[in-house]
Amino acid sequence: MFITQAIAATAAQPGAAAAAKAPFPPFDVSTFAGQVFWLAITFGALYFIMSRVALPRVEKILEVRRLRIEGDLEAAAAAQKSAEAAVAHYEKTLADAKAAVQKNVQELRERLAGEADIRRKALESELNARIAAAEEKIAASKAQAMSNVSAIAAEAAGAIVRQITGREADSKAVAQAVAGVKA
Amino acid sequence: MAASAGNAIDPIHQFEVTKIVPIQLFGHDVSFTNASLFMVIVLLSVLGLMVYGTRSQALVPGRLQAAAEMAYEFVASTVRGTAGNDGMRFFPFVFSLFMFVLFSNLIGLVPYTFTVTSQIVVTFAFAALVILTVLLYGFARHGMHFLRLFVPSGVSPALLWFVVLIEVISFLSRPISLSVRLFANMLAGHITLKVFGGFVAMLLGAGAWAALAPLPLLGVVALTALELLVAVLQAYVFAILTCVYLNDAIHPGH
Repeated sequence: MFITQAIAATAAQPGAAAAAKAPFPPFDVSTFAGQVFWLAITFGALYFIMSRVALPRVEKILEVRRLRIEGDLEAAAAAQKSAEAAVAHYEKTLADAKAAVQKNVQELRERLAGEADIRRKALESELNARIAAAEEKIAASKAQAMSNVSAIAAEAAGAIVRQITGREADSKAVAQAVAGVKA
Repeated sequence: MAASAGNAIDPIHQFEVTKIVPIQLFGHDVSFTNASLFMVIVLLSVLGLMVYGTRSQALVPGRLQAAAEMAYEFVASTVRGTAGNDGMRFFPFVFSLFMFVLFSNLIGLVPYTFTVTSQIVVTFAFAALVILTVLLYGFARHGMHFLRLFVPSGVSPALLWFVVLIEVISFLSRPISLSVRLFANMLAGHITLKVFGGFVAMLLGAGAWAALAPLPLLGVVALTALELLVAVLQAYVFAILTCVYLNDAIHPGH
């Protein structure tokens, strides 16, 4: 207060006469009643309108916005949940389809393997049979050939005997001798 | 900030209350003055922000509505943080007080305007209103238990009378400190601005010294920024101290 009064005292020199009469304006008691009167009116009006109109309105705006945001967030959460459910459903369907396909493939593979096995076995047995038949034929041919060899040998022996002795050889003895050599 | 030719550098002239419409009521002078005019301007400005600004009640706010919502939420969080949820019953009061003081301070910074809060009677009326509210609500809600406010717990009986005395004095000094703080800040700031502004005018009229005139002009610019801060800060301080005092009425006892 000292400083402000000092400034007031020094700065009020142009109107020194007026300053001597009038007190420092904020301390001029004659204005107090009027200021308090108008302050009561204006502040009272402000308080009344704020508490009755403005603040409830702002509160309502904020509340509506809060509810809207909450509702939107809930809707978003629900949408996310349904999306997740759809993803889960899709993945389950995909997995099921994959499993079914694999099962089919496995079955097909097994069936084809079984069929191939059967065909292979049939072919093998057929080939075995043909091999056996061929072997039999070979054996028969061999036996035939061998018997032919005996006959030729006996004939040759008989001829040799005839040339040497000049008479017919006893075919039985010749056959016996050939058999003996052959053994 | 008003300046006429006769007292161009009189820093006190801006605080003078001049009658516009003389009114006498029950022997009291309640004339409509420039102070009254600016109280009405402050009132209309706050209404413009808080009522006109929120008229559309838009879900996505425009600029005015966003400002109104910010003011609401700022004061609401201050009240809730200082006086708790019980303090919200005083929210309209604290909000009106804060907005009135804030707009008075800010409008007063405009040159040629009158600063409502630069009058001690106005700030003291506000402070008295706050303290009366505290007292009335405190006694209405807690009865004589409200007096526990002055009796801190855990003080030895020998010292208690002294502590109670200090508490009573500190309580009684609240309306004074509350009102003088705001009044003195506004008064001193405006006088300083005016004095520096006067230096500019005087240097310009002093021949070669006019070259120095930009220096106090820079000072005025810087001071205006500072005063803007002070205007908002003092409104906030007034509101938060009101909350603190109301908190005493709601929750007496330390």
